[in-house]
Amino acid sequence: MPSVLKFGGQAVFLAAIAVVVGYFSASPRYHQIPEGQSQIKLAIQHGGARIEDCRKLTTKELSKLPSTERRPITCSRERVALTIELSIDGKVIYADVLPPTGLSGDGVSKAYKKFLVPAGHHVIEAKLRDSKRTDGFDFDQRIEAELKQWQNLAIDFNAEQGGFLFR
Amino acid sequence: MPIRAAFDAAERLLSRIFPPHWNPLLNLGALGFFFFWIVTASGIYVYIFFDTGVTQAYSSVEYMTRDQWYAAGLMRSFHRYASDGLVLVMLLHILREFALGRYRGVRWFSWLTGIPVLLFIYVAGISGYWLVWDKLAQYVAIVSTEWLDHLPFFGQPLARNFLSPVNLESRFFTLMIFMHIAVPIVALMILWLHLQRVTRPKINPPRGLAIGTGLSLLALSLLYPAVSQGPANLAEVPGEVGLDWFYLGAYPLLENLPGPATWSASVVILLMMAGLPWLPPMRKPAVAVVNLANCNGCTRCMADCPYNAITMQVRSDGRPFEGEAVVDPSLCVACGICAGACPTSTPFRRMSELIPGIDVPGRTIASIRTATDAESAKLSGANRIMVFGCMNAGVAEQCRSGHVGVVALNCTGQLPPAFVDYVLSRKLAEGVIIAGCAENSCYNRKGTEWTTARLEGHRDPNLRDRVPRERFKAVWAGRLGAAGLRQEIEALASSVAALGPYAPRRPAKSRTAKEQSNA
Ligand code: SF4
Ligand code: SF4
Repeated sequence: MPSVLKFGGQAVFLAAIAVVVGYFSASPRYHQIPEGQSQIKLAIQHGGARIEDCRKLTTKELSKLPSTERRPITCSRERVALTIELSIDGKVIYADVLPPTGLSGDGVSKAYKKFLVPAGHHVIEAKLRDSKRTDGFDFDQRIEAELKQWQNLAIDFNAEQGGFLFR
Repeated sequence: MPIRAAFDAAERLLSRIFPPHWNPLLNLGALGFFFFWIVTASGIYVYIFFDTGVTQAYSSVEYMTRDQWYAAGLMRSFHRYASDGLVLVMLLHILREFALGRYRGVRWFSWLTGIPVLLFIYVAGISGYWLVWDKLAQYVAIVSTEWLDHLPFFGQPLARNFLSPVNLESRFFTLMIFMHIAVPIVALMILWLHLQRVTRPKINPPRGLAIGTGLSLLALSLLYPAVSQGPANLAEVPGEVGLDWFYLGAYPLLENLPGPATWSASVVILLMMAGLPWLPPMRKPAVAVVNLANCNGCTRCMADCPYNAITMQVRSDGRPFEGEAVVDPSLCVACGICAGACPTSTPFRRMSELIPGIDVPGRTIASIRTATDAESAKLSGANRIMVFGCMNAGVAEQCRSGHVGVVALNCTGQLPPAFVDYVLSRKLAEGVIIAGCAENSCYNRKGTEWTTARLEGHRDPNLRDRVPRERFKAVWAGRLGAAGLRQEIEALASSVAALGPYAPRRPAKSRTAKEQSNA
């Protein structure tokens, strides 16, 4: 092959590689969520109530313990599971029982969920039970929101700050 | 294997436009290094203008791209595109070594040490995308942390850091900057290990190829600069992003498939890659053996061994030579290149048994001479051709005919050039062909290169001047295939027939009976 042609071939080849690199470095574009949708992200990390209340040890119980471990109060550390419910426009889209983490069930309960909803006006209600009661909820909050396309509405939970935080 | 055929075809095509040693497919590893250096240099430049605060990062990158497009902006694009080029050549390099079977036996070490390099380059690239803190960075941050959260190690889910704007802290950002700098350094250290078991690794591409690829990426950076995709905003889902598919191609899968599935798939793929050299274990051929009585410590075998398997050590037999060759069996692949280099590997040897200073038991130099004599006895005509064919190229055997004899070698580098002289001067054939793997693509790394240099007289042991150059040819048949090799053989056969019988300038005596019995 004449050297001009060879040189041309090299230039074409290297240009083609550059085009491939340039193209795939940002295309084809990826749609994470469809048009017209918005997202609700629920991220809970909260410890339920202890299953047993702390109580005083009897003198008999105390005397059985080694002297260095004699504390007058004992607390079982196990926590109750959280019961959670999320509804949009009156329809429950998520209901779950979140067991505590940790080997002895003494850690926080966790949930991290994402839901797609059509953009627009919605009534969002979140409920949570973290006590030993067997029915009803300890927290029940409802907001009305105008969700824009691709908006991300985060629902966090912090008991000290009053419960669910919609942001 | 179809992958190998595809590589062969692509190499063949590229060899028509590139000079042999410039062929990009033969320089994948070296190009990887070259891109790595570009990424490092451009990265240092970009870092000067980069603001490491989570809120200022985006605007500092915007400043580079818009206000200083001709310098920092250009370097940003160069940094990105060279990183993409790095992934591209790295993946091709892995695929090619796999297709050519160059990952088994003693090569397990290079294969295995390559895997963490691949992972680290990915981590470095992904952390780089994170630093821009645009919509793509937000996508990368969320998918990465959600994926890591499937592991039971993190008390506090990492993804909570990116829940909403109020959750965002800069600690992740600082961690990413650290990773983006530290991880490539670690990768470089492992790369050093990666090259430990091969001699003369090619870590720099030929200058012309380097200039060509460098310029093409620079032109791309100018014409199609890398840009950010709008500032990150955690109150919004980055609904549509332009992914860098070289680095982030798996992200849509990580995002949409269940965590346990993607994690187990990743672990299985990784384990399979790591175990590949032993799946199934390769039967190791008998390694090279030194015959001390015939070794004069000339060091040629050490210089030519492509796997660093030979060292010169203090003479153990008291003879007055500098040293002796010692083979490390764990590194030797039995290619026989050392035997081809040894000055004692001469087929003309008559007085004693043909045992060179170093030899591979599976295919000794003596057995090559016996095979040559036997093949010659079967040939007839005035156009007889003796083909010395490397078994890795695997095509020579298909070319045997009434006037074409074929002798198998472990590697073309195993053939002492004196064999060409031997065949011609002893009138065992009128012409000789040495058929090896594709040029610059020797299965044993250096066989084609050393053979060429020896035949051309640039490397010891070289072919004697008296051998007529028009009667032999080295054909790099790996890429030509059997049909191409046959064509070359027939071309030589007709030209030697036209030349008539060969009359050596200084006739070599024919072999004695003693020599015959020793062979
Ligand atoms: S046979 Fe090959 S790998 Fe083994 S010592 Fe000789 S040249 Fe090195
Ligand atoms: S090439 Fe042969 S003579 Fe030279 S050191 Fe090696 S074995 Fe010894």
